[in-house]
Amino acid sequence: MSEISAVTRDSRNSKFFKFIPGLNRRQRTLLMIASSVLVLAAVIMASLLLDNEKIATHFDEKNLGPSLEHFFGTDWLGRDMFTRTVKGLSLSIYIGLIASAVSVVIALVLGMSAATMGKTVDRVITWIVDLFLGMPHLVALILIAFTLGGGAKGVIIGVAFTHWTSLTRVIRAEVLQLRSAEFVQISRHMGKSRWWTAFHHILPHLVPQFFVGFVLLFPHAILHEASITFLGFGLSPHKPAIGVILSEAMKYLSTGMWWLAFFPGLSLLIIVRAFDIIGENLRLLIDPHHAHD
Amino acid sequence: MVQASLFKFIIGKSIRIISLLAALCLLSFVLVSHSPVDPVQAYVGADMAKVSPEQRAKIAEHWGLDKSPAERFVLWGKSLLQGDMGTSMIYRAPVTDVIKERFQASLALMGIAWALSGILGFLMGIAAAMLRGSWLDKLIKWYCLTLASTPTFWLGLLLLIIFSVWLGWFPVGMGVPAGVLKENVTLANRINHIILPALTLSIIGVANIALHTRQKLIDVLESDYILFARAKGEAGLKLLWRHGLRNIALPAITLQFASLSELFGGSVLAEQVFSYPGLGQATVQAGLRGDLPLLLGLVLFSAIFVFTGNLIADIIYKLVDPRIKEGNAI
Amino acid sequence: MLKVNNLSISFIQYQAGLKQRNLQVISNLSIKIDAGEILAVVGSSGSGKSLLAHAILGILPKNAMVSGSMLYKGAELTPEIQKKLRGADITLIPQSVNFLDPLMKIGEQVRCSAGSGNPREKQKSIFRRYSLDEKAENQYPFQLSGGMARRALVASAVVGGARLIIADEPTPGLHPQIVRETLGHLRELADDGCAVMLITHDIGTALSVADNIAVFYSGTTVEIAPTADFKGSGEALRHPYTRALWNALPQNEFQPVEGFQPSHSGHLKEGCLFEPRCSQSSQECKCSTPEIREIRKGKVRCHNAT
Repeated sequence: MSEISAVTRDSRNSKFFKFIPGLNRRQRTLLMIASSVLVLAAVIMASLLLDNEKIATHFDEKNLGPSLEHFFGTDWLGRDMFTRTVKGLSLSIYIGLIASAVSVVIALVLGMSAATMGKTVDRVITWIVDLFLGMPHLVALILIAFTLGGGAKGVIIGVAFTHWTSLTRVIRAEVLQLRSAEFVQISRHMGKSRWWTAFHHILPHLVPQFFVGFVLLFPHAILHEASITFLGFGLSPHKPAIGVILSEAMKYLSTGMWWLAFFPGLSLLIIVRAFDIIGENLRLLIDPHHAHD
Repeated sequence: MVQASLFKFIIGKSIRIISLLAALCLLSFVLVSHSPVDPVQAYVGADMAKVSPEQRAKIAEHWGLDKSPAERFVLWGKSLLQGDMGTSMIYRAPVTDVIKERFQASLALMGIAWALSGILGFLMGIAAAMLRGSWLDKLIKWYCLTLASTPTFWLGLLLLIIFSVWLGWFPVGMGVPAGVLKENVTLANRINHIILPALTLSIIGVANIALHTRQKLIDVLESDYILFARAKGEAGLKLLWRHGLRNIALPAITLQFASLSELFGGSVLAEQVFSYPGLGQATVQAGLRGDLPLLLGLVLFSAIFVFTGNLIADIIYKLVDPRIKEGNAI
Repeated sequence: MLKVNNLSISFIQYQAGLKQRNLQVISNLSIKIDAGEILAVVGSSGSGKSLLAHAILGILPKNAMVSGSMLYKGAELTPEIQKKLRGADITLIPQSVNFLDPLMKIGEQVRCSAGSGNPREKQKSIFRRYSLDEKAENQYPFQLSGGMARRALVASAVVGGARLIIADEPTPGLHPQIVRETLGHLRELADDGCAVMLITHDIGTALSVADNIAVFYSGTTVEIAPTADFKGSGEALRHPYTRALWNALPQNEFQPVEGFQPSHSGHLKEGCLFEPRCSQSSQECKCSTPEIREIRKGKVRCHNAT
């Protein structure tokens, strides 16, 4: 029974496109990924195309609500909020990219070492993981940003050095499992070297995991970047960042200018969700049996 | 036997936690002492220009800033072992007192959010798993996944806009009304100020526990023993009550205790948005204004908070799960 | 008591990359069991025999598609009727102790399944009947010995007073004494007037207790024969696969069956499913699927059977 239920467990993901008849699940999943990628690409393109002039001060156009000319309205300096938001989002994506990349490299090195270099190394690395998990993420971010005196550098380093823990655990577990797998054992018995086995048998199995892990780090990285900037430790107030926009918006809340906070935050949510959708659907494609539905 | 093994377990865990805390002390001290932020300025505040170099040196000496980092660490560590975390530069009070007072406020906030999100999330997860594939399941899943991508502080801002600015039901900030003496703050005042931040944290907090419970219950419903129970004629809510809850409650409680780290992070943001005078706000202030003793104290305290949550989760498992409890007893 | 006609079960399966395929697990299966009879359904492991049990009980996964008819005491087994009959009339004796709730005490589990009447009294009497210690009442499954757990499984399955008992692989890898005991329980139940369906991969086990043997191959029955026909070098048997299984037993010729069973992947081929491994295959076997027909008080699905 169990083998049947495992195979046929209906992972009802990507139902978003169910309303389009004639698509099977594979096509729906691919469509989900493609449309999310499209959204992200559009944001980056738009940020390159939008004129910086729009976020200069225009006192004749200040405090305007959302309109066709200014989709997201304007702020008290007459800056176009749509342009600020789009530029902020693409900045978030860049920072997320660098921070996630660093994180996955750390996770790969530590995870592989923990699983392959013997008990002592494993213990030490597990201990370090525990150490980093002990501090709440945000507190650790504040501490690191404080050490580096804030700014983009502080944010990137902070996010990169706090997000590798869970992926390290995943990779460690995965490698441990692979190591005991039969084909790896056989390869070792056939006299292949440790490194040859690692490179030819273990790494190829890790690549998909690794890639999905990389994509799924983005949401956390972006959200934490925005949070730390919002608190005042991150990007400088002159940069068009979502955290900056929202912390400024807070000062103008009581004036009833709701659009200052509403649209930028919603856009951030959509971007984060897009990364999440890409990651989860990729995982579904790679490993349909074990993905959460 | 049970007690002996549990005792041994707790001792072992505690030693590990102490080693982690010690490392954390060293790590955060090293980090903090490399910061370009000038602690003297933190103490003096805005009127730095009025302070002469001689006064500066005096202040530095007073705080021990003229000594080398290693010396300072030893001094700090020594007094830490005696329960003295130093004096906060911005609040001009012992760090332990500041943390104690702030923690009470945060505890109320986090406690409400913790319990509320735990219960609601658990129920949502059960509903979703029982009605798997229905519109309710889809709605709950969509809600949880969306909320997991929502910036906490943005949600807080939205609630502020709706309930405080538009509807005027709640104050825009401050844990207590401004200008009211501490003794005169009523319980109603406090409740009034805690609702929105607690709501923010709860709305976000349900996502994790609901998704986890849903998955757990789906696994349980696909398990062999549920199949057997159904083959013997058990069905519906009775089946859930007898076999389901028993097998999902423990992981859910454990998860809720293990998620204190995220709760703390969330409360930092919520407190900032709602100007709620708790630990989170103190952390932000300490960081922004360079209050080294307070920042170190808070880092340490938040770690203790998280470790305690994890330890409780482990102990509950040991105490409640008969497979572990009675397995040891045999 | 139970009649199954042309039962087919299939699933939709997703592979890596989410390619979809249809999985036909059981096709055109027909069997029948009377009161007082033990019918053994014998087939190799992983051939989907368990799904037959789940189909009769109505506890297949939701994404399973079922066709054909099942009659219990002459009445069609619809999902509503199955729901009513589960536990009270039809029950399952599962294959392993994992089918007991790991976090519930044995006594309570048995009482949960007692159905109508006083659960405590019913539990006490079934404990006596299967010589379970009173101590076991307050123990968790992981605390029981193998034999005890096995008896607890049987006790909790039959405490509701079911008349049709489906034992799904009840003796895998057990100590011979426990096997004998479990099979003894099944015989007792049949002698009390229950109908018992014993699903197993082990033809030896089946022969030692069953009245009739249904041989399961690639999702369908190829032969149903009285146990008495399994003798000598299998002259009385009707299907070449049955004969090969019989001769593969250690006490007989110990001849392994050549080749592999086709897995139920994608579309099943035309013609007899056993044809590729059959020594008597003919052109007819290649192109047309044999119907099941009655020969010498047994049933067989083979063009060449006489």
